[in-house]
Amino acid sequence: MHELHLAVSPYFGWDLVRVVQELLHYTFMQHAYEAGTIVALSAGVIGYFVVLRGLSFAAHALSHIGFAGATGAVLIGAAPIVGLLAFTMSAGAVMGALGQRIRGRDVPIGLVMAWSLGLGLLFTALYKGSAGLAIGILFGQIFGITTQDVGVTLVAGLVTVLLVLAGYRPLLFATLDEEVAEAKGVPVRALSIAFMVVLAVAVSEAVQVVGVLLIFALIVAPAAIAERFTTRPSRGVLVSAVLAVLFTWAGLTVAYYVPYPVGFFITTIAFWSYILARVVAPSLALRGRGRELRAREEQLRHSP
Amino acid sequence: MASSAPNQPVIVADDLAAAYGSRLIWQNASFTVNAGEFVAVLGPNGSGKSTLLRLLLGLLSPAAGSLIVLGKRPHRGNADVGYVPQRRSIDSDLRVRGRDFVHLGIDGNRWGIDVGKTTHNHQRIDQAIASVDALAYADRPIGRLSGGEQQRLLLAQALVGRPRMLLLDEPLASLDLRNQIVIAELVADLARANRLTVLLIAHDINPLLPIVDRVLYVAHGGVAIGKPAEVITTEQLSRLYDAPIEVLHDSHGHMFVVGLEAESAHHDA
Repeated sequence: MHELHLAVSPYFGWDLVRVVQELLHYTFMQHAYEAGTIVALSAGVIGYFVVLRGLSFAAHALSHIGFAGATGAVLIGAAPIVGLLAFTMSAGAVMGALGQRIRGRDVPIGLVMAWSLGLGLLFTALYKGSAGLAIGILFGQIFGITTQDVGVTLVAGLVTVLLVLAGYRPLLFATLDEEVAEAKGVPVRALSIAFMVVLAVAVSEAVQVVGVLLIFALIVAPAAIAERFTTRPSRGVLVSAVLAVLFTWAGLTVAYYVPYPVGFFITTIAFWSYILARVVAPSLALRGRGRELRAREEQLRHSP
Repeated sequence: MASSAPNQPVIVADDLAAAYGSRLIWQNASFTVNAGEFVAVLGPNGSGKSTLLRLLLGLLSPAAGSLIVLGKRPHRGNADVGYVPQRRSIDSDLRVRGRDFVHLGIDGNRWGIDVGKTTHNHQRIDQAIASVDALAYADRPIGRLSGGEQQRLLLAQALVGRPRMLLLDEPLASLDLRNQIVIAELVADLARANRLTVLLIAHDINPLLPIVDRVLYVAHGGVAIGKPAEVITTEQLSRLYDAPIEVLHDSHGHMFVVGLEAESAHHDA
């Protein structure tokens, strides 16, 4: 993990322009914000469908499989992202081909997950490099992102978001009502595979920011919170994406001023936002229900 | 809506056979269903009732013989055919509005996101929801609704695509008796108003007796069709289900079938 030793007392106060200037003063911070924003956007959009399709655990497993890929790639002298993508995308394709059968299969998925971490451990030991490599993949290394990384992330992020939007309606159809979707000509199986492969790309990107172990914070938490506040899928996707970006920005900002890991801040913000959503959303819904009932009573009173 | 003239055949099966791989489900099925008919599909568990719907939807190819649906060979994505599959229940945690479920029936199979035509679509969705009398709860998460309310919205989803034919797989399962009658009558009313041909799979024929035109039986590896009075007799039904089933007639000429409840108690397949 990169320790931050910066200006003795970075400015923080009501002068927002100065705060932004301060935050974007260093190149590594600019890169962090750029890559973090794209990653969060893509994680938030695809995360909504992950939650709706009941694939949270599968997404989590995907990132662990990526750990074996990333460490294996380093071992043979390739870039970690190459191994990450190769492993997550192949595993994603297999999971996608299994389709609905993967739902609720905690035991086999968990076993694959554990074995992948074990493989990663072996590759790290064989590499004999610093343990920093493994820690970086497990917990993210957003402050070590190069200009080239940002470019790759931008392309990957845009492609994943565009693909999800291009398949939005059939994906929603297949997610909510697979049998009717199939009868209506939606290529359900191909869509399931494509979705998991796109998810694999999104997960691999997100690993850079929050690492393999903390992926839930960016892919699942924003979507799960969005689901609490809106029952409209289009708004759900939007809210989820906005929340993911906000969590990332907030985490990066706090981490700039407070010398603790950014992964800790992002997961903390995600966790407490979820708790807050679970507390606040029901009372909001109750108030909405009350309004609805009153409106109906009013209607009944005025009808003869 | 381009509706077919009455008594014109909309389903023509000729020596049709259905199989999953090498496992033959039924064969030698020759029957026709005419435009505007309300047909109840009956038969024991696992006899291949849902398989018949899969053939009509083009999800399964005939193992032998020919099948014509609305003048064409069955194919997936036929907008003229509305379908409500059998389902145990919708996940109660599913936090999506019933209205969004109905919306899928219009353009859920098109690529991309929803742009343009939104007001037009909203009108169509409202119309479909109103036609099944579900406006009061269409904006609530569908997982939180009762079985009858969900069934109405799923019916609206099938109707919003303006089909000429409705294929309903056990829409009355898991409903209480009162709701079974209400939903059956709703389907019959909608079919009459929109001149729809309906094939409805059911376990209990009783709620359907006042409304069905004909009954299609799937049993013992074959398919047969007939008027309720011809087929719904003690002898026929007992032979069909391999179980003692009695058809009672009351003083008003109403029929009642006894003995099928045990059969439907363990419904599956």
